[in-house]
Amino acid sequence: MFRGVGTLRLVHPATRFPSIEFRSIMAAMMQDAAPDIETNERPALAAGTFIAFVKQDCPTCVLAMPALREIDELAARSGGKLEVHVQDDVTFAKGFSHASDDSALAASYRYSIDTVPTLIRLRDGQEEARVVGWRRSEWQAITGIPALGDGLPEHRPGCGSKTMDPGMPVRLKVKYGNTGLASRRITVPALSDPVETCYERGWSDGLPVVPPTEERVLEMLDGTTRAPQEIIGRIPPNYAECTVEKVAINAVMAGCRPEYMPVVLTAVEAALMPAFGLHGVLATTNACTPVVMVNGPIARAIGMNAKGNVFGQGNRANAAIGRTLQLVVRNVGGGRPGEIDRSVFGSPAKYSFCFAEDEDDPRWESYAVSLGYSPDASTVTIFPGDGISQIIDHVSRRPEDLCRSYAGCIRAIYGTGHIIGVQAFLAIAREHAIVFYDAGWSKARVREELLELLKIPVREVAPGRAGLTGLTAEEKSDPDNLVPKFKNGTFNIIRAGGYAGKYSAIIPSIGGRGSIEPVTREIR
Amino acid sequence: MPENILLDPTAETAPAMQPRLVRPQSIAGKTIGLLDIAKMRGDEFLDRLDELLTGRGHVVKRYRKKHFAHLAPLELKQQIKSECDLVVEGLAD
Repeated sequence: MFRGVGTLRLVHPATRFPSIEFRSIMAAMMQDAAPDIETNERPALAAGTFIAFVKQDCPTCVLAMPALREIDELAARSGGKLEVHVQDDVTFAKGFSHASDDSALAASYRYSIDTVPTLIRLRDGQEEARVVGWRRSEWQAITGIPALGDGLPEHRPGCGSKTMDPGMPVRLKVKYGNTGLASRRITVPALSDPVETCYERGWSDGLPVVPPTEERVLEMLDGTTRAPQEIIGRIPPNYAECTVEKVAINAVMAGCRPEYMPVVLTAVEAALMPAFGLHGVLATTNACTPVVMVNGPIARAIGMNAKGNVFGQGNRANAAIGRTLQLVVRNVGGGRPGEIDRSVFGSPAKYSFCFAEDEDDPRWESYAVSLGYSPDASTVTIFPGDGISQIIDHVSRRPEDLCRSYAGCIRAIYGTGHIIGVQAFLAIAREHAIVFYDAGWSKARVREELLELLKIPVREVAPGRAGLTGLTAEEKSDPDNLVPKFKNGTFNIIRAGGYAGKYSAIIPSIGGRGSIEPVTREIR
Repeated sequence: MPENILLDPTAETAPAMQPRLVRPQSIAGKTIGLLDIAKMRGDEFLDRLDELLTGRGHVVKRYRKKHFAHLAPLELKQQIKSECDLVVEGLAD
């Protein structure tokens, strides 16, 4: 049917020219062809080369094929050209003058096709018009064939191009485009397992890493608007420059999703703040490691765990974000155990220690809010920690009693007389928090009570640098003088953990004011 | 997804190995800096060195970092470099 009509139009194109309305569409869509319409001298097929992208697995493409055949026939007669690129099965375009198998999607990528069918008109190699999906009037306008597709529906939306299949855009970018990635390419030896290659290269913390392919790294970089070559800072111990791209590579290896990137980048930046003293945390013989705590809406948005098993396994964001920071230090900074990392025991926390503070109960303000950040701000706090030590108290129902339980445990950190270079975060789980809530105690009140209980008689303070050396002559003048457990260390309280069970937990660490301190940075 | 090409997660340019400065044949006439990194009892070791060196007529200058967990600031390194010919640094406890 279409072919017959097409033939008539080819012979007498002007006689079949219809309404003013059509001409107005033509004028709008084919500016340079409009004069031809007015003079009735236009060719049956608009000048130029046509390129169509289709796939058999697309009902709209199937619907539009007769129209494409009509264009092909007219092109053959008028010296024009129609190339039909088929994304799945090239036999779909059997019989066309110029059918092309584009299952590798090279042409589709080159022309940035996101929908099929797409029809493009080129003039002197330059694209001058394209139509997407099937809209009869548009196809008529771009081809200049007035009755093209008569009898077909006026409009059918197209289908997704195979270039848009899940994971395909980055694959095509790596295959045909310019990724802009600057990192050295490492070729996995033939027949080798890429995961084993990562081990052999020394990139792993001991657990398998996700092989950082260009495709995965590109996807990871989609999680940030920051330029891949932006320098985040210099990572100790080698103080090597670390770019956003290097962070993304390590984030891939650690198991991150792209949406974790803002947290990951801020965590790296925070860990590099001078007050945190990352070099010291890494190099010390102690067990401490950077602990990552996230506050604010982003923690909920990316599904971080603040509740049951909060410091444990099983949550991807918690695990992967903390692990990324460790891998960045290892791989970019060159901080490896047995080398600059001189820890005697280390800690499981050195694989990853990352969590969100539980902000669901408004009765206590979050750590970040207590620092002056808005509840709507998302922040990353980095503090040193060895791991956790649990406090069990199923009995106390009064805040004073609970604080006495806490104080006994906290006092024992590194030794009951150890007061210099010791600090801690105390994580209070919900059932314990309720004791304080019910009594109307704020976080600050609990902290004050504990600091009071944690005053230690000088006679019980340890000799040497853990204690007595750090005291003034006046403090040492009377063995009954009281000195604080956290003589130069920080002490903070946070809310975290499961809702069933009367527990709290201490996260102890070395360090203190002026050496290794908690730092907080807003995610922007 | 093909996994035969990986991106290097490291700094790639590990700090270039720098040759050690040539050691002097003698310390005679040299100004010797003693850098205390602020680790416990490092001062005892350096005090003794100071005593021995000064006793033999050498010029000794003393320096101290604020805290051992942090690198020596650039200003301190420049000061030592400009004031001394040699430096002894007391590491660890």
